Amino acid sequence: MMDLLILVFEFFKIGLFSVGGGLATLPFLYRLADKYPWFSTSQIPDMIAISESTPGPLGVNMATYTGFQHSGVIGSICATAGLVLPSVIIIIMVSKVLEKFRSNKYVDYAFYGLRPAVMGLIGAAGFGVLVGALFHSAKLEELSLGNIGSMIGIEECILFAALLFATNKWKKHPIFYIVLSAIVGIVFAL
Amino acid sequence: MKDLWNLFVTFCRIGGFTFGGGYAMLPMLQKEVVEKRQWATEDEVLDYFAIGQCTPGIIFVNTATFIGYKQKGIPGAIAATVGSIFPSVCIVMFIAAVLNNFAELAVVQHAFAGIRVVVSVLIINAVKGLWKKSVVDKLCVVIAAASFLVSVWVDISPVWIVIAAAILGIAVSSGREAKKS
Repeated sequence: MMDLLILVFEFFKIGLFSVGGGLATLPFLYRLADKYPWFSTSQIPDMIAISESTPGPLGVNMATYTGFQHSGVIGSICATAGLVLPSVIIIIMVSKVLEKFRSNKYVDYAFYGLRPAVMGLIGAAGFGVLVGALFHSAKLEELSLGNIGSMIGIEECILFAALLFATNKWKKHPIFYIVLSAIVGIVFAL
Repeated sequence: MKDLWNLFVTFCRIGGFTFGGGYAMLPMLQKEVVEKRQWATEDEVLDYFAIGQCTPGIIFVNTATFIGYKQKGIPGAIAATVGSIFPSVCIVMFIAAVLNNFAELAVVQHAFAGIRVVVSVLIINAVKGLWKKSVVDKLCVVIAAASFLVSVWVDISPVWIVIAAAILGIAVSSGREAKKS
């Protein structure tokens, strides 16, 4: 029970502080993985892939999946409820002073600083995913100049370069590339 | 009661048939909410999106809360919000349950090794898109770099980075405005 309350509280915090779309929840998930034994950082990319390949908002999907890893169906519901609760409360409050809020210069000012910071946070989370994808170790601390050569996955790097090129050249739906990479992973036993 | 049910079902449908969230939801919202139900005008939907972007939380869920609240007060807000997340919660729970049973299989592990690579590419592309929208001057580059470095190497909750960036944004912009006048 206590554990579930902590789960709701943690996702309430994520809902309150993740501004700017689903991927903004990423740095918070990494923090959760460090802090609690609910899931490991190496599971986070799997969660992203599943969230991207299922309908609905990314943040909700991530919360549901994380909650499920925590304690099954009840965990899913608690995490998702925690995530959306702060925004529901804020929206109900804001909708009364809608116009004032939109034209408030301090909201604009705050976002001038928030947007690049959130980008940096998402970038940092992406960096963690990248290290886990290209090296045979998800932990940055385990890598050093001496072992970096033996830890790096050559096939993974080739796939990475090919995908980076392909996703920018042909704007297909992410699911297409996710399925494709899963097949490549199975065929070449990555 | 029927109105609440309609709110629930409509947002269920939008949530269940769009992938990715955010702006991907906009065409579907316009069709269902503006054209079919006439709960809001097109301009209002765009306004909700704009506000959804500058309030914490998920834009689509925020939009659902807004429209539900406007139609039927707090019960409406709850019906629309629950509807908007209902399909994805069910689908993801199902997948998580299946995956947990198959996670040990070698095939699944190889598949996810490939998937990890594509996920990092997707995030890099997303960050590239964000860069164009959010980095408007040199100070933004500094903020983005600082938030990246602190997040990677310092053991600190992202909450503090978010709060610090908002305060910095207000302080710097206010300072610039004072200088101008």
